[in-house]
Amino acid sequence: MSAHSAPMPAEIAVPPAQRRTVLEVENLSLSFRNADGLLPIVTDVSFSIRQGEAVALVGESGCGKSITASAIMGIAPENAVIGGRIVLNGQEISALGPKERRRLCGRHMGFIFQEPMTALHPTLSIGRQMTDTLKHNLGLSQSAATQRAAELLDRVGIPRARDILKGYVHELSGGMRQRVMIALAISCGPSLVIADEPTTALDVTIQAQVLDLLEDMRRELDLAMLFITHDLEVVGDFCDRAVVMYAGDVVERGESADITRRPSHPYARGLIDAVPAHDDGRTRLTPILGTVPPVGQWPEGCRFAPRCGRADEKCRTRPHLETLSHTDVRCWHPLEAGA
Amino acid sequence: MLRYLFKRFLLILPTIFVPLILVFLLLRLSPGDPAGMMLGDQATPEQIAALRTQLGLDQPVWMQFVLWLKGILTLDLGNSIFFREPVMQIIPRYATVTILLTAVALVLAVVIGVTLGLVSAMNRNKPIDRGVVTTAVLGISLPEFWFALLLIFVFAVTLRWFPVAGYNPPDAGIIAFGATIFLPALALGVRQSALMTRMMRSSMLDVLNEPYITTARAQGLPETTVLGRYAMRTAAMPVVTVAGLSAGYMLGGAVAIEIIFALPGLGRMLVEAVGRRDYPLVEGGVLTISLVLAVLNLLIDLIYAILDPRIRYQ
Amino acid sequence: MSITQATSPDRLTGGDEEVFVTTNKSVWQRLMANPTAVVSIAALVILSLSAILAPLLAPGNPLKVSPADRFIPPGLEHFFGTDNLGRDMFKMVLHGGRTSLLVGLVVTVISMGIAVVLGAISGFYRQVDVVLMRLVDGLMAFPGIVLATAAAGIMGPSMTTVITSLSIVLIAPSLRIVRGQVLVVRELQMIEAARSVGVPTLRLFTRYILPAVSSPILVQASFIFSAAVLGEAGLSFIGVGIGPKELSWGNALTEARNYISQAPWIVLFPGLALMLTILALNLLGDSLRDVLDPRLARRR
Repeated sequence: MSAHSAPMPAEIAVPPAQRRTVLEVENLSLSFRNADGLLPIVTDVSFSIRQGEAVALVGESGCGKSITASAIMGIAPENAVIGGRIVLNGQEISALGPKERRRLCGRHMGFIFQEPMTALHPTLSIGRQMTDTLKHNLGLSQSAATQRAAELLDRVGIPRARDILKGYVHELSGGMRQRVMIALAISCGPSLVIADEPTTALDVTIQAQVLDLLEDMRRELDLAMLFITHDLEVVGDFCDRAVVMYAGDVVERGESADITRRPSHPYARGLIDAVPAHDDGRTRLTPILGTVPPVGQWPEGCRFAPRCGRADEKCRTRPHLETLSHTDVRCWHPLEAGA
Repeated sequence: MLRYLFKRFLLILPTIFVPLILVFLLLRLSPGDPAGMMLGDQATPEQIAALRTQLGLDQPVWMQFVLWLKGILTLDLGNSIFFREPVMQIIPRYATVTILLTAVALVLAVVIGVTLGLVSAMNRNKPIDRGVVTTAVLGISLPEFWFALLLIFVFAVTLRWFPVAGYNPPDAGIIAFGATIFLPALALGVRQSALMTRMMRSSMLDVLNEPYITTARAQGLPETTVLGRYAMRTAAMPVVTVAGLSAGYMLGGAVAIEIIFALPGLGRMLVEAVGRRDYPLVEGGVLTISLVLAVLNLLIDLIYAILDPRIRYQ
Repeated sequence: MSITQATSPDRLTGGDEEVFVTTNKSVWQRLMANPTAVVSIAALVILSLSAILAPLLAPGNPLKVSPADRFIPPGLEHFFGTDNLGRDMFKMVLHGGRTSLLVGLVVTVISMGIAVVLGAISGFYRQVDVVLMRLVDGLMAFPGIVLATAAAGIMGPSMTTVITSLSIVLIAPSLRIVRGQVLVVRELQMIEAARSVGVPTLRLFTRYILPAVSSPILVQASFIFSAAVLGEAGLSFIGVGIGPKELSWGNALTEARNYISQAPWIVLFPGLALMLTILALNLLGDSLRDVLDPRLARRR
């Protein structure tokens, strides 16, 4: 490990309860403005992340996970109308203008994308992409930025860092690309890192390495991490808490251990049953029937009802997110704990 | 890199020789005898035969071609039948004008095309975008020579900002040169600038959807850097490719433009030389255009290789 | 890849007539739902009709000189005014359109026809392909108008010359498109199957290849048509096109330059007709592409 020339949070062991809250999302909603008016994409999402904590945003594709992340980053499409509050390190960033929001990116928030091959520029060298960011965000000189970029690559486990800086993304393997992406995301010392399915595009063997690296970085830099995934195994192993989303709604929220072991929402249960379990001898694999209703075609009331075995008349009205024994659940007929 | 350029060079060879062979054959197979034309109606068959021998026209066509190729290697393209002067001395006089005209037109086309294309893409589906898209369709349908006449009517005849016709070489001063080259270059460049506008717009719209643009924004880079460096870097590549084709079209369009503005260029020279059956001069002119295009295309390949590291490794 | 919906493989298995009927009908219907297409087709119909009916709409010899009527501005008697020889510009524009459109049509048919045949051969025979594609490279990089100028100048100005030289020059781009499409189509299973059971190549060509390449050909045809109209006008304008005794829009503009300050209408109307034709053809090509190949349409 090399010395660092720019500020980066030191490794400190603060007890979880005393850790400060990095990100608070309150009643976040997002709609797209189109010719017919407003098309709701995300409604009423609330959660918070503390320093050093990893929170998972779980759900099938089309549930609004990624768009929630882009709303937090402030890079949602131009026609998006965003409601609710987003608070980063005590500052209400949802009230800021686009330019101020952009200034927070990189410096306070880092973003890791699903597919590093397309998320890194194809014809700018890796060094150029890193130094552009470092120079702009931290005001480093070219040589200091290059020095720091090499250190960062070194830190995420890339050998021959100086050579790699001169190279391009197509010359690297999938795992190396994602390491570069991680180095870029943490380069300016953010307190929050959002990782959008960071291992989905990788080989299984590489997935574990990248997850380990993310885990190391989180501990070492005391990062708050928002981890977007559809893989509940990752949630259980990697995240402290989890937020399950369905059709733009938070349907269950709580400690990830509780959610992965004793979910209360039928959808969360369904997600777990859809994962082939190999540790407890069960080989049952029950996919959830049907698909996520497309945006604009959400049912009235509980949006999961059409796919839910427990649905009845009551589910025609919209349930609220209520705190049960161990998790917060949006369901009229939650599963008994441990069911 | 060198290997890549060598491969590109080999691919460019046919673009030099195919037009040459075509024109060479056309000239030799068509009726009309330059010797007869030179000597006029009163010439005796003996005189004509003697001149034909002197010009090498009594040789078989393939032999003439071999001799001509040999001439190229020794930088001897023969003498112009009409001017009675070495082709190698005549061509540069005319080629300079055409190359300057095309270069200015190309610069105009690229500047206009890239700017409008960018503005359009940045304001997708807004009135300004629709305006640019409509203008581009009109521009593509605008015949150069007619647009040239309209430009003359508005800017030379009515407003008197520019001379109606004529040419001042760059030696005469940049303003004098500019005054005579601007309207012709604008007329020549307008269709290509419209094509480039469309190309730039669609290319930029494609690139703006790329994840690496989102990454650049998520890294906090200001929008000017995101667009100017990250998006332009890739969006410009199709335009670079098109620039080569555009230059080709422009060298063609230059024929009419040079005639309209009375510019002493290669295109006008070619039309006249064709009419006079001045074989060596026509062949020299076609060779020059081919070579100019070949050099330009190699240059574009080089720019492409610099812009896109991926192809250097192919 | 893009065997467009209009000619999806399952439709190709029917009889020849059926294939074309289904294809044309759906294309036509979708085209009629596209406002740009409707306007451009309407414009082309009007332009064609006024050219075809020129002897009825503007009777008399358009080239008849009438020195007493020189430089009359546009008005009720002469809609588009008169030129330096006292010729009626309205008459010249209508009659000129006959040449321009005829040349465009013939050149399109000839060059596209040759391109389809050569493209099919090129797509099926590797050795021919190598040679042809190098030729196409050579022809495409070089300014076609210079070649056409050289050819036309050498063969002497005439309608045949213009048609021949423009046809040769315009084969290259179409050939490349047809060949690309054939390369895709020949890999389709049904064609592999047809080949393996020994369907003769010619039959293979008419029954499978031709319908499959018809969409890109249709799109390309409108652009070739517009290039041919423009090419004829350009060649005639510089005096190596159709002879001075014939009439076309390009020809009508040749002399106009000298009288631009006295009589701008001589320049305006033939050019306007020319531009309108090219514009309509380009718009038709664009909307055909939208209708036939959404994947390609996105790129423009």
